[in-house]
Amino acid sequence: MSFIPGSDSISQIISLGMYVFFIIFIFYGQRIQMYIMVREVENSLHKLRVIKDEGKKITIEAIKEIGKPTTDPTPRVERYLEYFTIGPQSMDPAGIVSKLDHILDTRDERLKEDVKLMAPQLIGNEVQINNLENTLEAAMALNYIYKVVRHFYIQGKKTLSLYVIMQLQMILPLVMKEAEAYASALKAFSYGQPIGDGVGPLIASKLMHGYEIRKVPKDCVAATVPFEGRTALVLKAEGPGGNVGKPGDAIETVIEENEGKIACLVMIDAGLKLEGEMVGEVAEGIGAAIGGPGVDQYKIEAKLTKYKIPNYAVIVKEDIGDAVSPMRKEINDAVDKAIDRVRDVVRERTKEGDKVIIVGVGNSIGVGQ
Amino acid sequence: MTQNQTQTTQSNKIGNYLTFIVLVVMVLALAALFLAFETFIGGDIVTAGVLAGIGLISMSLSVFLLYQSRRATAAVKIDVPKVMTTVECQNKGCGNKIIREFQRGDYVFKDLETPCPKCGGKQMVTAIYKEVKEKEKTYAV
Repeated sequence: MSFIPGSDSISQIISLGMYVFFIIFIFYGQRIQMYIMVREVENSLHKLRVIKDEGKKITIEAIKEIGKPTTDPTPRVERYLEYFTIGPQSMDPAGIVSKLDHILDTRDERLKEDVKLMAPQLIGNEVQINNLENTLEAAMALNYIYKVVRHFYIQGKKTLSLYVIMQLQMILPLVMKEAEAYASALKAFSYGQPIGDGVGPLIASKLMHGYEIRKVPKDCVAATVPFEGRTALVLKAEGPGGNVGKPGDAIETVIEENEGKIACLVMIDAGLKLEGEMVGEVAEGIGAAIGGPGVDQYKIEAKLTKYKIPNYAVIVKEDIGDAVSPMRKEINDAVDKAIDRVRDVVRERTKEGDKVIIVGVGNSIGVGQ
Repeated sequence: MTQNQTQTTQSNKIGNYLTFIVLVVMVLALAALFLAFETFIGGDIVTAGVLAGIGLISMSLSVFLLYQSRRATAAVKIDVPKVMTTVECQNKGCGNKIIREFQRGDYVFKDLETPCPKCGGKQMVTAIYKEVKEKEKTYAV
């Protein structure tokens, strides 16, 4: 009796082959699965490298075109792309917000100074300096994403660990989406086009346009606007350069100027949508609608708590890709809907003659006032 | 040897392993198909069908894997969307609206120097947005 079934030699070879493969897959199935995953990660890493290199190229071209430097900015750009920021020590968290605030201010100043060194002809042109700084930051983000993915890819291959590679492969679609968004943002920043995140400042601009505008710390503007029988103090980051300002400081200043006599604060921002929700949907809620590292949110919440001022939020929904790429028509069309929602909030929550603060949170790139 | 070179060599090694496995599966699939044909001629339709099924499935799987591993060098392009600028005449009686392509230096609420072609009034940029509508897959839930 033969162990290999089949009457002729060909079917015996096939049966033997099947046995061999069955045994190989029992012992090496996981490894083969890993090789397939490694291939997928490799493809994405290749795409990321192309996007990162293209990002660097666009940035250097933008600096050369706008800044007209006398020397080649490439080495300085390469140095800039490798910048890092060390967060404050959190073993004793007391006072950590002001430490983080100081670190972020130092970083911002340092990056701006570097842009001025790369493009000395732009000194005094804050709009273009801010736009170039934003372009460089997008290139920096792409560089960082590439390096992190490469790190885990090499680590996975070095250790031949299915689980390292598997984790990387599982989050890759999200990482790629973010990288593609930043790649799209590069052009928007270098051209000074409004981005999805700018919907807050765009709404604030619509409200304050035509009224006297004054600067408030830091990098923000304010206008006093009659609004539904109330007085609205409208705030936004100064545009049209790429700038998010420090809305925390601006709100603190305006509240103190009015000795805390504010009926409510309405914050308008771009909010991340969940899958299945429509881009440009407007929603309303409670709390400080502001992203970032949390410093501004902390300052706003502290000041509001001190004077017991209620805080309402209106958000325009979009995904991460929309937030950093040129503004979609749906988001632009949502501006009037969001203004109507702010009107409703102010009418329903305050009395005529009250003072309210309306803040458009986000990047003011491509949005004047 | 630099890190990049090491990386390329290792990835080639993995690629070679995969290609070898895929090629062996392909040969077996071909043999199964050939056997299916022979069995069919011999009159055993059921066995022929089973062998043909095994052969076809293995063949399509190996072709798919080969295709997957060979498209790594596909060209990657960064899409630059078309951005439009809406310019409106500030003369309330006119209200002329022009939608044109974005030009560097445009920003929302920028007063333009060029007068309205209809009434000669002041023009202003009122909106800047990405024109291309992204096709989103919808899921019936």
